[in-house]
Amino acid sequence: MTETVTETVGQNTNGAHTPLLQITNLEVGFQTQRGLVPAVRGVSLSLYAGQTLAIVGESGSGKTTTAQAIINLLAGTGKITAGEILFEGRDLTQLSANEMQAVRGRQIGYVPQDPMSNLNPVWNIGYQVEEAIKSNSGLRGRDARQRTIEVLKEAGLSDAEDRLKQFPHQFSGGMRQRVLIGIGLSARPKLLIADEPTSALDVTVQRQILDHLATLTRDYGTSVLFITHDLGLAAERAEQLVVMYQGKVVESGPSQEILADPQHPYTQRLVAAAPSLASRRIQAKKNEDAAAPAIFSAGGTDTALIRRATDRELAASGTDLISVVGITKMYRIRKSGLKYDELLAVNDVSFGVKKGTTTAIVGESGSGKSTVAKLILQLENTTSGRIEFDGRDLAGLKGRELLNFRRRVQPVFQDPYGSLDPQYNVGNTIAEPLLAHKVGSSKERQKRVLELLDQVSLPAATQFRYPSELSGGQRQRIAIARALALKPDVLVLDEAVSALDVLVQGQILNLLTELQSELGLTYLFITHDLAVVRLVADNVCVMQKGRIVEAASTDDVFDNPRELYTQELLAAIPGAHFEFGR
Amino acid sequence: MLWYTGKRLLQMIPVFFGATFLIYFMVFSLPGDPIAALFGDHPPSPAVIEQIRAEYNLDEPFFVQYLIYIGGFFQGDLGTTYSGRAVSDVMAAAFPITARLALLALAMEAVAGIFVGLVAGLRKGKFFDASALVVSLLLISVPTFVIGFVLQYVFAINLGWARTTVSGAAPWSELILPALVLASVSFAYIVRLTRASVSDNLSADFVRTATAKGLSRPRVVTVHVLRNSLVPVVTFLGVDLGSLMVGAIVTEGIFNINGVGGTVFKAIRLGEGPTVVSFIAVMVVIFVVANLLVDLLYAALDPRIRYAK
Repeated sequence: MTETVTETVGQNTNGAHTPLLQITNLEVGFQTQRGLVPAVRGVSLSLYAGQTLAIVGESGSGKTTTAQAIINLLAGTGKITAGEILFEGRDLTQLSANEMQAVRGRQIGYVPQDPMSNLNPVWNIGYQVEEAIKSNSGLRGRDARQRTIEVLKEAGLSDAEDRLKQFPHQFSGGMRQRVLIGIGLSARPKLLIADEPTSALDVTVQRQILDHLATLTRDYGTSVLFITHDLGLAAERAEQLVVMYQGKVVESGPSQEILADPQHPYTQRLVAAAPSLASRRIQAKKNEDAAAPAIFSAGGTDTALIRRATDRELAASGTDLISVVGITKMYRIRKSGLKYDELLAVNDVSFGVKKGTTTAIVGESGSGKSTVAKLILQLENTTSGRIEFDGRDLAGLKGRELLNFRRRVQPVFQDPYGSLDPQYNVGNTIAEPLLAHKVGSSKERQKRVLELLDQVSLPAATQFRYPSELSGGQRQRIAIARALALKPDVLVLDEAVSALDVLVQGQILNLLTELQSELGLTYLFITHDLAVVRLVADNVCVMQKGRIVEAASTDDVFDNPRELYTQELLAAIPGAHFEFGR
Repeated sequence: MLWYTGKRLLQMIPVFFGATFLIYFMVFSLPGDPIAALFGDHPPSPAVIEQIRAEYNLDEPFFVQYLIYIGGFFQGDLGTTYSGRAVSDVMAAAFPITARLALLALAMEAVAGIFVGLVAGLRKGKFFDASALVVSLLLISVPTFVIGFVLQYVFAINLGWARTTVSGAAPWSELILPALVLASVSFAYIVRLTRASVSDNLSADFVRTATAKGLSRPRVVTVHVLRNSLVPVVTFLGVDLGSLMVGAIVTEGIFNINGVGGTVFKAIRLGEGPTVVSFIAVMVVIFVVANLLVDLLYAALDPRIRYAK
């Protein structure tokens, strides 16, 4: 991969000597009631024509703020307080509102993060593309319409003519992102700012979109400023990398060099935490150094690995704790009048989960994996088939028995923001299941809350705080503590780490692994992220369109994927084929 | 869409019968004898009373009275008032006046309210916004009759721009002042609704993207902020149209307007079943149609809402 690096350097020396975009000592702050809070603190970077540069960092690192400062899109009270942003030698921070309007869209395109919220829901797609074209070119009337269709076709919507009159809610996330990319590139800008353009999309869709974006920008000679939290993605898509942490650039240089030999401690942590296909399952080593389990390192834990593997094999010899036999779930989608469409969300799915193991169900959105979780949790009824838990058929469980089942099987959901009641403090949240199942006295419950907080490594004082005062990772710990309150046998984790930053994700996965070996828990892990599966699962079921297309042990699936679909999923993992410096 | 509209109109049938039946029953159960009340301290001979009671079917049991009324209703006969006027004549006099008043008030509150709300939302926290909030709070908290008297005093008596009371025919020009009074409270609500909605939408992702596309500020505001912000305002306007059309007793009283509100009030006091029920029946229809209009406008403003079922 060294060719890429020399190539860019060569371009720089041969071609333009001055960068297309040069940011020097940029400082951005947000005015709050407690004064100016700095978000970007002295950032400098240069991007040359035709190059792709990625800014990597966790949420709150200031990467998006930096990008938005370039075309002055800062939200609310945000303000550039120092530094300059030279674009083709012109300082963008000094432009008037009208001059900036002429730069936006025409010279610097922008592709936003979330395709769901970045198109206006009340205007049709054609209108929203056309207004960008009209305002950035002299085109009017039929010419503008013609160009709109062209732009959308280039962005990968082959049936653009028929779709102009459709509204955003009739488009899938991937299609919306294509529309937004089309808008961003419609005026052939010299620079495209892509702010996490695919974070909200499935891994296979992400790959298609990014490939397409790469082709377009290469054809047009557009420079790309790529903002992402995903190191693997950044390494795969950009020649140059800038790592940001707490508003500062901590490291920058050619991607491959940084990945192979990260210098700054933060980059090292980031590189170490990036889950990839090269990782191995996390092994909790409670006897050796439980305080600092060297989780992601592959070597050095052989003894623990072997012991843990034998433990699991022993456990695996028993009967299935959960066994699912040929379950099917049919949804009836109401159409006009009395007609229904039938949607087979889960189609003849069978698998078993042994006590103390982790089974992952993987698939894209719409594959039916979350429906399987709901069926097992008895939140919805199966259309046909049988689910057994600990030898008992779950169908027909009622009243007390159902309550007992719920005690033993607890869920943890994806969104740590939505699944905690903002009006309830943490202590009450964790104690609520105990209260609902009438467990213990008020004093005992209080003791259990402290015990649980300790188990998920949160200080006891957390019990008096409210969800809005906590970070995403802390909230997910609380959700886990709440799920553990009733000492369940099984946790159903529905995308439980998908919303978290990579470092926090790593911490939560560690925690889950430790809890599993401490408490002998069984996990059913629902996720779209294969890299995470590699880290935690013993067995994997790959789902596609409601069916399980491949089910095997994790190592089998990753080393010899049999199905084409599984191979596609694996190939789509960003940065999958890099050797991270660890 | 057609199917949806038709279904909604069909729903009017049970609502119509339910409402008329209930109102008829309530008027029937009012204490006191309406005929005796007509004559005050000098009751006529029992034979005369019997004759009048028979004429108005008051000697029949309740259900028969209701059925006779409904039968007449569908033949276009709405009955007569105790003073001998056909109820249809009374309605023909009162409804046009109220309709003019309601439309004037609605136009005033919509135009002024949305404009002030939009500007306040765009300048959140600035002087204009703060003043708009204070004024709207004032209008909401001061009772209508106070606003009515103040405007009457300032514009009619001090400045002489308008007449203190409205003449019998109630032409548009004379209705401006009462419409202003009627619009004031709703104006305040619309300002607040629009302002909140605009300031919400201003921070929406698609507004930032619209700016990033290179659109001018006026275009971003009118195309991407205003239209999205109108949805809640339209709901309010629809409900308000309904309540304006059924009359405003206080405002009509202050300006001596012979509109729907005052007429119904009088009829209730006299216990005139057919008059009250006929008015209410029309009001029910107006309410249902106004709500239907709102729902259809909703779908026009926000394409995510489609009434296929």
